[in-house]
Amino acid sequence: MITRGRRLPRWTPYAVAGGSLAVAEVTEKTTVVSGRSGVVLVAVATYLVASTAISAGVEGRRRCIDRLAGTLLGAALLMALIPLVLVLGYTVAQGMHRFDATFLLHSMRNVAEQQPGGGAYQAILGTIEQVGIAAALAVPIGLGVAVYLAEYGHAARLGRAVGLVVDVMTGLPSIVAGLFIYAFWILLLGFSFSGFAGSLALAVLMLPTVVRSTEEIIRLVPHGLREASLALGVPVWRTILKVVLPTALTGIVTGVMLGIARVIGETAPLLLTVFGNPSINADPFSGAQSGLPLFIFNEAQQPYPAAIDRAWAAALALVLIILGLNVAARLLARVASTVNRR
Amino acid sequence: MRGDRAFRLVVTAAGIVVLMILAAITIFLIVEAVPALRADRANFLTERHWSPDENPPRFGIAALALGTLMTSVLALLIALPVSVGTALFLTQYAPRRVSVPLGYLVDLLAAVPSVVYGLWGLIVLVPHLIPLSAFLADHLGFIPVFASNQTYGRSVFAASLVLSVMVLPIIAAISREVFLTTPVEQVEAAYALGATRWEMIRTAVLPHGRPGLVSAAVLGLGRALGETIAVALVLSANFDISVHILTPGGNTIAANIANAFGDAGTIGRGALIASGLVLFAFTLVVNLLARAVIVRHRNTLGAPR
Amino acid sequence: MAQRIEMSGVHAYYGSTLAVEDVSLTIQERHITAFIGPSGCGKTTVLRTMNRMHELVLGARVEGKILLDDEDLYDPGVDPVAVRRTIGMVFQKPNPFPTMTVYQNVAAGLRLNGARRGRGSDELVEQALRRANLWDEVKDRLHRPGAGLSGGQQQRLCIARAIAVEPEVLLMDEPCSALDPISTLAIEDLMLELKERFTIVIVTHNMAQAARVSQTTAFFTIAGAGQPGRLVEMGPTATIFSTPSQKTTEDYVTGRFG
Repeated sequence: MITRGRRLPRWTPYAVAGGSLAVAEVTEKTTVVSGRSGVVLVAVATYLVASTAISAGVEGRRRCIDRLAGTLLGAALLMALIPLVLVLGYTVAQGMHRFDATFLLHSMRNVAEQQPGGGAYQAILGTIEQVGIAAALAVPIGLGVAVYLAEYGHAARLGRAVGLVVDVMTGLPSIVAGLFIYAFWILLLGFSFSGFAGSLALAVLMLPTVVRSTEEIIRLVPHGLREASLALGVPVWRTILKVVLPTALTGIVTGVMLGIARVIGETAPLLLTVFGNPSINADPFSGAQSGLPLFIFNEAQQPYPAAIDRAWAAALALVLIILGLNVAARLLARVASTVNRR
Repeated sequence: MRGDRAFRLVVTAAGIVVLMILAAITIFLIVEAVPALRADRANFLTERHWSPDENPPRFGIAALALGTLMTSVLALLIALPVSVGTALFLTQYAPRRVSVPLGYLVDLLAAVPSVVYGLWGLIVLVPHLIPLSAFLADHLGFIPVFASNQTYGRSVFAASLVLSVMVLPIIAAISREVFLTTPVEQVEAAYALGATRWEMIRTAVLPHGRPGLVSAAVLGLGRALGETIAVALVLSANFDISVHILTPGGNTIAANIANAFGDAGTIGRGALIASGLVLFAFTLVVNLLARAVIVRHRNTLGAPR
Repeated sequence: MAQRIEMSGVHAYYGSTLAVEDVSLTIQERHITAFIGPSGCGKTTVLRTMNRMHELVLGARVEGKILLDDEDLYDPGVDPVAVRRTIGMVFQKPNPFPTMTVYQNVAAGLRLNGARRGRGSDELVEQALRRANLWDEVKDRLHRPGAGLSGGQQQRLCIARAIAVEPEVLLMDEPCSALDPISTLAIEDLMLELKERFTIVIVTHNMAQAARVSQTTAFFTIAGAGQPGRLVEMGPTATIFSTPSQKTTEDYVTGRFG
């Protein structure tokens, strides 16, 4: 005889949820609970208590715990997504106020913080230059390191050390990278604040991401392909350059794009190396520049509504760029995987 | 094979560059920190205040280090249950059709730059936290942590909350990967004994994932320790050592560097570099720890990484 | 205690693929029934429909009726968890919980079903290990990891874990395929003892094993790649191996095919 587990019908959760909402609405009308958040809180609490009680009564203790666990884990997912929705929602809603041609095409030169108008052109320009140079520095070195780790590094002690250091650098705080470039490039070598100094710091931060994602892709290149080339008498280095890397190309590009998306929002290192500048400075090699994250940071600290609006608009621009890079990287990865499967 | 040797030399050199960067970070931070530390008239490890550009210069890491640890640990405590719960739900409950796009969304949390989180935290979250903070202080105020002088807002609590959102996607992503590697045999063994889904998770998924979860939590902690801009925007900095997380104040090493750098003089900047060195050491230890946990459990974790 | 299982018109699907077509059979209580047949013929799938493990695979479902002493296992009011507690299972690869000790492994099922720690549970663990012929080998290392045992010992540990919760039926999915001959013999002896208390169904690739341990044998086969598996015939083991009624069965048991 199976100890017959009595189960609640499938529609139970929905019914209980509906009931809880009704209870919450009633309490809002009759008691001290007020506001949307109050109703939601009461509804959630009622749901948890009611579904637990009903389940415990009908299905027994174990099923009841199982149901409660499922509910709480689902609630955890919702809690994780709430900030995403709120942050993106606010950024879009608030950013729209000033997300216009003036904002995108003008600088803050001769615009006082309390004045409306002004724009982030100098910041957008600075960001593009800084991140571009950073990528130009980090990608070749990162590729080299990835090839070294994937092709030669596995056995050697040096390879293990490099792998360890790459891991450690993944967790390097961005402000420390900024301090390092400040201490080395500006204090020790005597250069001034510049976009290039910022690029150096961003390159340090980008390097481990590029190495890890590229290394993984290179390892995925089928061994047979490599051997086919070697068997034709092609030397190892030409095999890597002409066979392995081209095969992994889309994956490498994806990794680089994710690496760029990762550092393009970095503020802390720029603060110590680029310094910030309200005017347009198109030369990344001399003099302080601006950058989108820096621009947001400076405007956010102003007490004036016009400045806060500019901060939101710049945040919207930055988020759009980053989301664009992420989506493009994902699409590229998908295209690549379908091509490889064929 | 001349070409092969040259090629190998080139890529090996790239590897050596990585080693040199880490060494250079350590060396140059030390070189630039030492003069300021020499000039310091207070004990760098125990002094709370940060007045390096006064005469005589007095500054120390005590309040900053404590504030850093407090915000990070609090952020971890908030983020850990939510992110592990998220990962469990996505891997064990949600059907695949739903779990993959939802997983992308959780990953997107990591793509939002910290300065945007800081902006949102400062402008939106802080004002909305005031009623919640007042509620906590009124009803739980007898616990010292929640005690308050009736001012709320740009507090350690607010900063930790923002930090926890930033830590969450990291822990969730690693946990998800770890949970997905649970061997089917163990899942089936638990079900075949008559386990409910939750009991199966407790018998098979969680024990298997424990080392991975530990290192995920440690990596999350490392991220929180080094986070600068969000905290710099949300906290209203002071140098008190206080456990009252609801009242404004507190500071962290990273936020202090961002806030104080612009106005700092020569010794001031050296002092900030010294504090950065401490932060660097913190995160170095934390990351090595996380890696050690992974390496030690590589066999049981199945997927080498 | 032990009960019989009746299947009638069972179809098993993985997504839209029909894996097993129209199986009807009866499993006698306190009997060892062996399922034999070539790879991919669906015998494991049929086994897994009996304790509702089949539906754990994404998109998998079952049509038809499976009765355990006249009680429909797939009745909407029946909890699959209760079914699996009543019908235990041993798997192809020994799968003790790696983070648990020998003792904890055996107690795992008991604990799930509400047993408390303490003397009562100690006795149940010992009893299960004795019934699994493992007690003498592990009584000194009860609190060491279960994964430290040899393969054959691990499989007997899994059997102890399965019988500790006192199921009515024990399903065994090629329990010896990962073991050496000596461990295999130990498990076969154990099965003959266990059949005094439990109804046993075993899936095996090893025809000699089916002949040694089972009283009834069911032969499954598959018409070709992509076709669903089918039950060809079922009968007393001696008959199936000497004078089967179907030509395909004869070809298979004599080694001419499969």
